[in-house]
Amino acid sequence: MRHQMFRAALAVLAVGALFGDGAALAASAEQGKVAFMKYGCWQCHGTQGQGSVASNGKVLAPDPLPFESFSAFVRSTNGAMPPYSEHVLPNDDLADIHAYLSSIPKPNDHTSIPLLSQ
Amino acid sequence: MMRKNLGPRVDRRKFLKAVAVAGASGTVNPQIASATTAAGATPAHLPSALPPTAHTIAAETGTSQVEVSRIGGIAGSDFMVDVIKTLDIKYLPANCASSYRGIHESLINYGGNKVPEFLTCTHEESAIGMAHGYFKVTGKPLMSLCHGTVGLQHATMGIYNAWCDRVPVIVMGGNDLDAAHRPPGVPTFHSAQDINALVRDFTKWDDTPVSLQHFAQSFVRAYKIAMTPPYGPVMISLDAGLQQQPIHNNGEELYVPRYTPTSPPQGETGAVKEAARLLANAQNPVIVVDRAARTENGVGLLVQLAEALQARVIDMGGRMNFPKTHHLGASVTAVNNADVIIGMELSDFWGVVNSYIDNGEHGIGINRSKIKSDTKLINISSVELNTKANYQDFQRFQSVDVSMAADAEATLPALIEAVKSAIPNDHKAEIERRGEAAKKARAEGRARTLQLAALAWDASPISTARLVMETWGQIKNLDWSLVSSSGNVSNWPNRLWPIEKYHQWLGGPGGYGVGYGAPASIGAALANRDLGRFSVSIQSDGDLMYAPGVLWTAAKHKIPLLAVMHNNRGYHQELMHVQRLSSFRNRMANLGNDMGPIGTSIMNPDIEYHKLAESMGWWAKGPIKDPAELGSAIKEAVAVVKSGQPALVNVWTQPR
Repeated sequence: MRHQMFRAALAVLAVGALFGDGAALAASAEQGKVAFMKYGCWQCHGTQGQGSVASNGKVLAPDPLPFESFSAFVRSTNGAMPPYSEHVLPNDDLADIHAYLSSIPKPNDHTSIPLLSQ
Repeated sequence: MMRKNLGPRVDRRKFLKAVAVAGASGTVNPQIASATTAAGATPAHLPSALPPTAHTIAAETGTSQVEVSRIGGIAGSDFMVDVIKTLDIKYLPANCASSYRGIHESLINYGGNKVPEFLTCTHEESAIGMAHGYFKVTGKPLMSLCHGTVGLQHATMGIYNAWCDRVPVIVMGGNDLDAAHRPPGVPTFHSAQDINALVRDFTKWDDTPVSLQHFAQSFVRAYKIAMTPPYGPVMISLDAGLQQQPIHNNGEELYVPRYTPTSPPQGETGAVKEAARLLANAQNPVIVVDRAARTENGVGLLVQLAEALQARVIDMGGRMNFPKTHHLGASVTAVNNADVIIGMELSDFWGVVNSYIDNGEHGIGINRSKIKSDTKLINISSVELNTKANYQDFQRFQSVDVSMAADAEATLPALIEAVKSAIPNDHKAEIERRGEAAKKARAEGRARTLQLAALAWDASPISTARLVMETWGQIKNLDWSLVSSSGNVSNWPNRLWPIEKYHQWLGGPGGYGVGYGAPASIGAALANRDLGRFSVSIQSDGDLMYAPGVLWTAAKHKIPLLAVMHNNRGYHQELMHVQRLSSFRNRMANLGNDMGPIGTSIMNPDIEYHKLAESMGWWAKGPIKDPAELGSAIKEAVAVVKSGQPALVNVWTQPR
């Protein structure tokens, strides 16, 4: 367990060094949407990151995790989600995916939707 | 077996004389014989539930007004029909087969195609699935017939689902045992020494009757065993020769054994008291149920137990056990802080109190306990009385503190009384506080759930929450029954719909064999049709494609059902598995030209399910991709279903 925590911390540092906020800001939401589908993120998280039972209820968007935390999780998770290495999911594409998730607007309050205002 | 060994031939004159004698003594004629006891005592002369047949009239009057058939007597399968009719089996979904032609002919001609009524199916798996769904609405079993070899091979997955889901189905397979006399060629390919061996590992009981009296005993016994909790499927091998040969007048009295239901097993008194003591003294007791309620009464009993303790209830959903609107309803995480957990008819107790994450260091998963080390566990399960070795539906072994091999619903009245007696006076205020806390938690949880449903509300493909709620919007004022929810729509019906009655949620296939949803929903809709209820299903794409011919059966027999499709265009569970393994192995999943890994998508070309349904006599519409168009499409379909026809709306949906 200690080993894993150390590895996760290293991953966070590595990703932070590579991107920083600047890299994340330069990313493309449009390309991110394509990458979100290409790498299979949609399969568990839904095409708008809304989550499902397959993601154990985790919601990616709106308001995704800050990029550094997001990236660290994707690279090193040993939870229900399999880790995605840079070999499979390059850093640029990961930044684009984060940009896509950040671009998804907040949903309306459920009380404004007649079918959900019970 | 005795097909060609007819013994002394009986000519027409001698046969008529024999029938007249038999009628006078009330022995040979099966209709009369059905009123006698199993011990063969004097006929009780009870009125028959059925009108007299031509055979009965002839036997009772001593004269025959009908032409005797070429077989030289009354067909053995006519007697089989008399046996079957005593058990009030309303329908017989089946795909026709020559190995049961004898009883088929007797059912539709001698039996008048009533009780049971033959329902034409295009696949044996569909027939069993229909019987499965029918039982979960009515609590009454159906029977099915099939070729004992190739037909039974088709039926096996349905039978396995019924076994895992504790549902009685009476399956009879035709088989031509007499190798010396059966027709060569195809009928011999379709014969076997022991057809029941194919399903013996997942049926409660089976038999191969070798005489008509043996059949009578076997059929009533099979029904009785199937209908004793834990329920389950049973199998009878039906020899072709036995069906076709005439009844022999050899002095033996044919009779139909009387069926008496067996009382379900109740928990032992001492164990019930100990369970009650633990629950009554607990700080945070939790009730977990899966197939605990077998009837609407079971739901009421669970409410009584939960309210006596103000204990949270986790409904795993094998049946509708506990009203979704009740303030004590809880999610699976409620076990985490429990000090006493009682599980009732759980298919997987281990899985309730442990977690398994399919993402271990070496790809073999991570196992963790979800509960405190000193949490006391109580188990009530009738399935312990009926465990077999080969198939692993009994799941991982879970040690518990109190274990009762008993039926939960039958045990609940005693348990409720014992709990009420065991609650210490100084615990009553605390129990009341627990209830208030549960009400607050439920209200907060409800608001969170509704807000989660609002996510991706306008997305295309359509979100599963929207799919479910647009459907709800059109049926909420009807007496509805959600007969099946195949595929996976993130459990939204159970999270959002006010499911309160037993027939409003019927659970899943049991064995997770894909292909259950379509036939089971049609079988359940048949039952609801007769009860005047509106049936709706969430129908997944992969499930429908296993045996879509069952759509035709619904149209043919005028079974009204609203099927709203969850068409995510893939075998999504498997799609995620291959993606997961690709990531574990540090490889990019090969999608080919599809959205999911090769071999998991159902697209290119996209299946036009609405056209498929239309071709089989359904009203259908689709594909609906714009969520704004969904409500009106379902509204049209509801009107069609209310007129007595099946209707399907093909909807492109989010994956889960």
